[in-house]
Amino acid sequence: MVNWIWLGMILFSVIFAAANGNIQQVTEAAFSGAQTGVTVCIGLISILVFWLGLMRIAEVSGLVEKLSKAVAPAVRWLFPDVPRDHPAFGYILSNMSANLLGLGNAATPMGIRAMQELQKLNPTSDTATPAMCTLLALNTASITLVPTTLIAIRMNFGSAHPTDIVASTLLATIVSTGAAIIADRWYRRRSAWPPVSIQGGGGGQTAAPQVSSNSISKGA
Amino acid sequence: MVSFLHALSAWAVPMMIVLIPLYAAFRKVPVYETFIDGAKDGFQTAVGIIPHLVGMLTAISMFRASGAMDALIGTVRPLFERIGIPGDVLPLGLLRPITGAGSLAYATDLIKEHGPDSMVARIASTIQGSTDTTLYVLTVYFGAVGIRRSRYALKVGLFSDAVGFFAAVAACWLLF
Repeated sequence: MVNWIWLGMILFSVIFAAANGNIQQVTEAAFSGAQTGVTVCIGLISILVFWLGLMRIAEVSGLVEKLSKAVAPAVRWLFPDVPRDHPAFGYILSNMSANLLGLGNAATPMGIRAMQELQKLNPTSDTATPAMCTLLALNTASITLVPTTLIAIRMNFGSAHPTDIVASTLLATIVSTGAAIIADRWYRRRSAWPPVSIQGGGGGQTAAPQVSSNSISKGA
Repeated sequence: MVSFLHALSAWAVPMMIVLIPLYAAFRKVPVYETFIDGAKDGFQTAVGIIPHLVGMLTAISMFRASGAMDALIGTVRPLFERIGIPGDVLPLGLLRPITGAGSLAYATDLIKEHGPDSMVARIASTIQGSTDTTLYVLTVYFGAVGIRRSRYALKVGLFSDAVGFFAAVAACWLLF
């Protein structure tokens, strides 16, 4: 998909340039765009070096584990069908804590480990369980405390108060995460689990939460 | 409330800078050496973004300079601007769930063109910073364990992106 978007933008640029007779400006824009890309990344070095250093301290000091303990009750509520002592829990907690601290590089491997553990609880091999969908929803919405990259870019272009987007970002991220949780709950209740085809064949699975009476199986 | 949020913006970063090392020192972590150890990754990370950002910014700059961008958003622009959404941030809403590098490049372009302290730049930064790239997360997380039928997960992700987009605009109007 990204391939098509990229190709499409370049292709339409040249077509429009031919129509508008401004191909000269488009060529210049291509090179100035490339230059901006490099300039911005060079500017990012300072902030990323500093921030990743600080975050390593947070990791080593056990702050991530401490945060995990704090969010544990919320996680139990979000994943009602994962047994309490299952190892998946630990990974989900680490994944969420790392996300909160903006440790993207640490969050992804933890999230993948959590998925692998959830896969062990999955009666099917290729269909996402409700718990997997919830974990994915939390990660796509991704609560962010400090948007470091954007702060750095605004600093690069000479912002007077580069960090003033912290509060607006926090508000937006809370709302979008809330929306993700609500939507996830809504679909979870509406769709049958395990999927009907498997239920019919095996017959062994019983009573994953199936609340609604009009539960229409939503396929892929 | 608003003044509390402004104080939060001003204080969040310095508080983290002082409290994290302080807590670590209290836990007997060699703070400076740990800092240097982690900081080494920063250079790699920043340099690693260069190809992505150059590729995307080239395409986006061309797209805007040619007039194609105006043609794309021109018709719906007045509609959205009436409800306080700058037309220029609309493509960001479309790019955000699909490509992290593409949306970061587009946000960078808006910050450059409109100035970092403009409303457009603030809204763009908020949209870009407040959510993750839904398609990427879906591919990586489900791909890693061989899930092919993602059921409602994509719909939930895209819905929360849409809500996040409007929440970002609203948050900026509330604060700035």
